[in-house]
Amino acid sequence: MTDSSNPTKPSRRAFLSGAAATGAALAASSAAAQSPDPLITEVQPWASGLGDGVDAAPYGLPIRHEADVIRRNVEWLTADTISSINFTPIHALDGTITPQGCAFERHHSGAIDMTKGDYRLMINGLVDRPLIFTFADLERFPRENHVYFCECAANTGMEWAGAQLNGAQFTHGMIHNMEYTGVPLRTLLNEAGLSGDVAGKWVYVEGHDASSNGRSIPLEKALDDCLVAFSANGEALRKEHGYPVRLVVPGWEGNMWVKWLRRVEVMDGPVESREETSKYTDTLADGTSRKWTWVMDAKSIITSPSPQMPIKHGPGPMVISGLAWSGHGAITRVDVSKDGGKTWQTARLAKPGEKMALTRFYLDTEWDGGDMLLQSRAIDETGYVQPTKAQLREIRGENSIYHNNCIQTWHVMPTGEAENVEVS
Amino acid sequence: MSKFPKLLTATAALTLAAAPAFADTFGLGRVALPEEITAWDLDVSPDGTGLPVGSGNVMDGDDLFQENCAVCHGVFAEGSGNWPELAGGVGTLADDDPVKTVGSYWPHLSTAWDYVNRSMPFGNAQSLNPDEVYAIVAYMLYSNDLVDDDFTLSNENFLDVAMPNADGFIVDDREATEYPIWRAEPCMENCKDTVEITMRARVLDVTPETDTPAAQTETVTAAAAEAPPRRQPRHRPRRRSRRSIPRWWPRARRSSRNAPPAIRSAKAPRTAPARISTASLAGSSAASRISVIPRGSTPCATKDVSGTKPAWPNSSPRRRPISRATRCPFPV
Repeated sequence: MTDSSNPTKPSRRAFLSGAAATGAALAASSAAAQSPDPLITEVQPWASGLGDGVDAAPYGLPIRHEADVIRRNVEWLTADTISSINFTPIHALDGTITPQGCAFERHHSGAIDMTKGDYRLMINGLVDRPLIFTFADLERFPRENHVYFCECAANTGMEWAGAQLNGAQFTHGMIHNMEYTGVPLRTLLNEAGLSGDVAGKWVYVEGHDASSNGRSIPLEKALDDCLVAFSANGEALRKEHGYPVRLVVPGWEGNMWVKWLRRVEVMDGPVESREETSKYTDTLADGTSRKWTWVMDAKSIITSPSPQMPIKHGPGPMVISGLAWSGHGAITRVDVSKDGGKTWQTARLAKPGEKMALTRFYLDTEWDGGDMLLQSRAIDETGYVQPTKAQLREIRGENSIYHNNCIQTWHVMPTGEAENVEVS
Repeated sequence: MSKFPKLLTATAALTLAAAPAFADTFGLGRVALPEEITAWDLDVSPDGTGLPVGSGNVMDGDDLFQENCAVCHGVFAEGSGNWPELAGGVGTLADDDPVKTVGSYWPHLSTAWDYVNRSMPFGNAQSLNPDEVYAIVAYMLYSNDLVDDDFTLSNENFLDVAMPNADGFIVDDREATEYPIWRAEPCMENCKDTVEITMRARVLDVTPETDTPAAQTETVTAAAAEAPPRRQPRHRPRRRSRRSIPRWWPRARRSSRNAPPAIRSAKAPRTAPARISTASLAGSSAASRISVIPRGSTPCATKDVSGTKPAWPNSSPRRRPISRATRCPFPV
């Protein structure tokens, strides 16, 4: 029988040591088997005995063989996990919806433990009636369902000065994509009463946690598509994602998606809080910095093959798979290059792109067993084409930290391994 | 708002046009009481709106800073490890290694007051009274050499303080500087003459381990022989000495204190458990560690740093980030 006791997938090194044999077997596999497969010819335990009963796991986790599909932290990035970030294992996921349990976390003062009963939301400032809502109040408003990506502005931020982290999880894993259920923020603002001109006004949003993570958002955006969400992927938000209520700001940087939302103040100007001045501002080569860079531009990443997802088969049919998204709207096309950007092929979108949501793409292709320099390039409904890192550096320099949406290159070697590289 | 995406503006206009339909309310929620708004509406705007009456001086701020802040931000506000530096860095914003502090980067003093008042100290937020916040902010200004040591900050002179980088920000201009260039039909064939690999992630070798350790170390050696030569990092690490007085430290303070004093009765950070687990991890992985990618074959690349004291103040013993690219982009 096979190694079903191993809780993790075969490692890359195990693959390396067995690559030759595997390759030989694969080469022969389409022709004829060398000997009968004992998995078929011998009665296996699972075909004879019994499995778990219902209720073995009242709330189930992935089977133990998938134990390596987890969020991971990069320890040296931050001083402490309380104010830090970890990374979605996007390399190991397929489709577009990110399971909550492995969707990246970002806290500024830790993930707080709050009950729905203790939850309060205040709407104040330039409104007719400052209001307090309980969680139960929120559930009585008409609600909507939308799938949106949430990307940290610093996603890929460690790659500005050079190729550094080996894995799509680490280079592009500050993103998740969920189906949110909630009440449009405009409904709640209307309940409090907006009068006068909307233009030039802002909302300041903050959370219940000690960081508060306050951000200023133009009132136009608040009235457009922001959602006061309490469910994700059909169940309550997880603690680490803002249970019981978070703000959803479609297409805009994740820092604005305030968790444990406690207050929305209508104001006649931005607060210029710590999170929108000292952080989440993008310093250019000449030392000036852009502020209010809210929209996440079009971006894509090949999730497999990638450094954490080497090719484990020999030459022949293969699937190149990845994700694309844009804060400007829907993804309309993704191109893939195998030669570092000399030539491009248009990939297949698993479904038509949806606005401000992840789109899965596939290139169903053949691998000749040689080196590949894999790149993907997203194009959105505004015609924006994902730029190269050189193009970004030419305009911004290397100190922006945030909003690095460059084309990523993986060097896939004849061994099937892949590495994060930069190319000319 | 010129920077606002046209699409959104159009959508918002539609929303507004439909405003009469929104006049109907559901009658849910209750009116917020003035005391409740006072308790939560703490934000302070750049024009000083929201500042309470109060004042605090540099010397009191020094004491308060050492008590509440220095454990993370350093005695001189110069930072500690990966925790944010709050002072110094003036003139570095265009460097390869900009140092962004309250003095060198923050455009508004209100931001510092607001953040200290609302969210600091880390793990004990909203425990300072307004006078204490004024004093701590005054000390931060002093640490940045922006005021003298006899300075008192109050709600009345708050707007008189000039922040060095107040004019250092522009509103997002991607719509003008980037989108016109990149909204073009892309090349599909013969887009480059040659393609060469110019940098490899394995050179830095700072990726966290993701494979299960042990068992397969022999195969690493074979693969390592084929790894490319390790290149020198293009950027120097961030340097900071916590043992010497920073060059920007005011002359008066230099004479009164030859060296930073030990942190006095500073509270232990709430982060101790995480640090302990980091240390234990590092110790156990020394022999069996394998990286995601085979390491390089040069002496530099094969040097085992396990168990040695890291050169970087806050880096893990297992990993030594050696590039500016590893700088923490996150507020902590």
